Amino acid sequence: MSLPVTPKPSPRRFHQARWDEPIVFELHSAGERGIAVTPIESGVRDAVGDVVAALPDSLRRTTPPRLPEIGQMRVLKHYLRLSQETLGSDLNVDIGQGTCTIKYSPKINDQLIEVPQLRELHPLQNPADVQGALEITWRLERLMAEISGMHAVSFQAPGGSAGIWTNIAMIRAYHASRGEADQRDEVITTIFSHPSNAAAAKVAGYKVITVYPDADGYPDLAAMKAALSERTAAIMVTNPEDTGIYNPAVEEWVDAAHAVGALASYDQANAAGILGITRARDAGFDVCQFNLHKTFSAPHGSGGPAAAANAASEALAPFLPGPRIVRDGDAFTVHEPGEQSIGHVAPGFGVVLHVVRAYAWIMALGAEGLRTASEIAVLNNNYLMSRVLQIPGASAPYATGRRRIEQVRYSWQELFEQTGITSEEIGIRMADFGFHYWTSHHPYVVPQPFTLEPTECYSKAEIDEYVAALAEVAREARETPEVVRTAPHNQTVHHTHHDDLDDPERWAITWRAYRRKYFGEGSASGAMAADGSAA
Amino acid sequence: MLALVVNPVAGVGGPAGLAGSDGVGVQRDAAARGGVARAAARAAAALRVVADAHPQAEILTAAGSMGEDAVRAAGLVARVVYAPIDADTTDAADTTAAVRTVWEAGATLVLFAGGDGTARDVAAAFSRDEASTASAEPAALGIPSGVKMYSPVFAISPRAAGALAAAWLSDPLPLHEQEVLDIDEEQLRRAHVEPRLFGMLPVPYRPGRTQARKAATPAGEHAAVVAAARAAASLFCPGVRYLLGPGGTMAELARQLGVVGTPLGVDVVLDGRVVRAGASERELREEISRGSAKAVVTVIGGQGFLLGRGNQQLSADIIRALGPDPLIVVAPEQKLIDLQGRPLLVDTGDAEVDAALAGFVRVITGASSASIYPVVAPEAAATRPHNTPITEGALHAT
Repeated sequence: MSLPVTPKPSPRRFHQARWDEPIVFELHSAGERGIAVTPIESGVRDAVGDVVAALPDSLRRTTPPRLPEIGQMRVLKHYLRLSQETLGSDLNVDIGQGTCTIKYSPKINDQLIEVPQLRELHPLQNPADVQGALEITWRLERLMAEISGMHAVSFQAPGGSAGIWTNIAMIRAYHASRGEADQRDEVITTIFSHPSNAAAAKVAGYKVITVYPDADGYPDLAAMKAALSERTAAIMVTNPEDTGIYNPAVEEWVDAAHAVGALASYDQANAAGILGITRARDAGFDVCQFNLHKTFSAPHGSGGPAAAANAASEALAPFLPGPRIVRDGDAFTVHEPGEQSIGHVAPGFGVVLHVVRAYAWIMALGAEGLRTASEIAVLNNNYLMSRVLQIPGASAPYATGRRRIEQVRYSWQELFEQTGITSEEIGIRMADFGFHYWTSHHPYVVPQPFTLEPTECYSKAEIDEYVAALAEVAREARETPEVVRTAPHNQTVHHTHHDDLDDPERWAITWRAYRRKYFGEGSASGAMAADGSAA
Repeated sequence: MLALVVNPVAGVGGPAGLAGSDGVGVQRDAAARGGVARAAARAAAALRVVADAHPQAEILTAAGSMGEDAVRAAGLVARVVYAPIDADTTDAADTTAAVRTVWEAGATLVLFAGGDGTARDVAAAFSRDEASTASAEPAALGIPSGVKMYSPVFAISPRAAGALAAAWLSDPLPLHEQEVLDIDEEQLRRAHVEPRLFGMLPVPYRPGRTQARKAATPAGEHAAVVAAARAAASLFCPGVRYLLGPGGTMAELARQLGVVGTPLGVDVVLDGRVVRAGASERELREEISRGSAKAVVTVIGGQGFLLGRGNQQLSADIIRALGPDPLIVVAPEQKLIDLQGRPLLVDTGDAEVDAALAGFVRVITGASSASIYPVVAPEAAATRPHNTPITEGALHAT
């Protein structure tokens, strides 16, 4: 006997909440307050005196900040409505985040960092008062050293690209220490390495030489050797590359770089498919970095601060950023950067809350658990690939016929040629089914690209559900292309224009910049007027 | 049955630095500047590949320099079905009439030797708005012999054309309708590069054997072109003659250097001024003899040619005369990406020079940016595997 329930359609129906919510500055209503702060009790005032008067003039505002004035309930509704207008990782199957799909992030880890000792931690506290936080940080350093095979680790870089920058800064300092800073002015990377490698090297003053894949789709060893010279400072590569292809000759790449006196930097921002299976130092790399917010449970994706783990060989360890935590018996002390260190790349010793999340995640899994997580991530990815490649019009260019590691950069080129529907249009339509979808970094080396990464934390049923939506959109592209072309239909916003984001004259990432660029207002501070404009 | 139609004057304007060979006036001027037509020799090179596989093949063709000579040079039997009124002054109408005649005589694949102008004349013979008593329209394939070859109806080399034709005789290949594009040479000489579509031809297809459609650089990439050109300009040394090839990137380089370049020609720049504009191969040789020199070229959009398409003045002899490391290559990254894994190509017509240039070249792509990219002769490219999509069932463990 079956229940009298109508089966749910597949792919599932979805409609995003839509609130037409103004931005917070437009909610300004002069005189409203979120909290009425209680006057200081006379006894307290008598005991501590006028604390504001104790502030130096340089830290005192002469005018109030131009913050919007809003009642408490309105603020609460504002942010709750915004949260309903997103496709958060706790809401949708976000394997379409490709390269950035967050790994399983147990909620208990969030509870751990909510303890007052961590939530109210300050980087300038006396080390004697924060021994627990220092010990966890030190212990995670040792765990990351074991995972990478490296000698020493720093969590100071506050993000993935900051971590890559830290790598090239250490490399630059190393060559300078040997009197070769001027001679070595070139860095070699690959077209499918994360573009932050090329960007960081350029910011550090290097010329960047890009290597394309060979005829089999793998990083071209012969081309890399042709680019190497006594001018090479380093190779900076991501492996597996953004295509999900693992460079089978990576050790030869490193050896060839070392043969000309260059160093080897390994971008392991996404190490979801190789934990416990390969180690950077075992392949000969001199430095590497992980993203705690991508591989080790910490949240990311505009969700808060990020955190990198920079790991270095014994020879490069003196160049790591500081301050460093040093264990002395049962005590942990903080040492300022040494003479050869590149110094501070951020205040404090990193995003300690992420350090605690990553530590908890690794300790919960153990060494075997890390490897199992990676194996499942690879299995999930290759199952997903087998399903995606059954959709007419989808392909996985480069290293054709080979399995991938943790993600795949696919192509809709065939579908595009047959229907004129682009990958970006497919992505927008996917949002109508409640799914996130990402194409690729620019430039699009893979034509009409889309990048999927299922990680270890999605079930077969969820992967199947995502693929069913992809197949449905591909079918629509052939049979009802206007539906795809005019999407989204079930989302909070329709098409947005990107032009402003490419134009320094028009982009505005703060309210003040927006008012200045679009309304010609000056930057003088002042109270907010009733319409939200500066008074 | 295989047919061959040769445009005897195709390509004559290339070595003469005339950016094309369209029109009797240009052809006369080219001859006066030492230009030599090369279509017959390239057609014969193609047919020799056919002869290796099918030594008894009989080729439908036109008399004398319009095909018969090349067929005989390849050691094959010529069945002449068309004769121009004046063998010394053939024109576009002769090409069209010859193609129509070999079609009516039963040709299933028409090889034609020439450039884009010749392809237009071939397409005119297939004009579908005219009633024809002939059998089904034959396939067509260009043997690259002209100066401009924007159309993807050409094989990537004469030998590649021959290999396709030989395969066709054994077992006809699938056909793709391909565009016949051409550009107005007069407009081109005024720096206006915009290919126009003149028709479609059914071209036998095998990956790696025909040229991709030549892609114009999108306007949005102008900033990338400027960056690449500016980076190249910063490398120029005093006392060195730079032979600036044709193309939009080279025009921007000229602008960065503060000189006025010849849009489709090769200019010689020395110490910030043009010392020879629109130089012929002979004039380039004279300039090289006066001191240190380098050729500066860009990637021909969509096809990947560095030499042998549109810059025939930079001949094998010139490349030899430039000595080791003869080229500076400048192109925005997108031109390499658009090749989709195909290598850059050099086709100087001299296998030894092409082999010497093969390997990897550093392409200047922008400020502090370069890419290292493979270069091969077209024959090698034809056998290079490509990154083609896969299907389920073709998966293997890495």
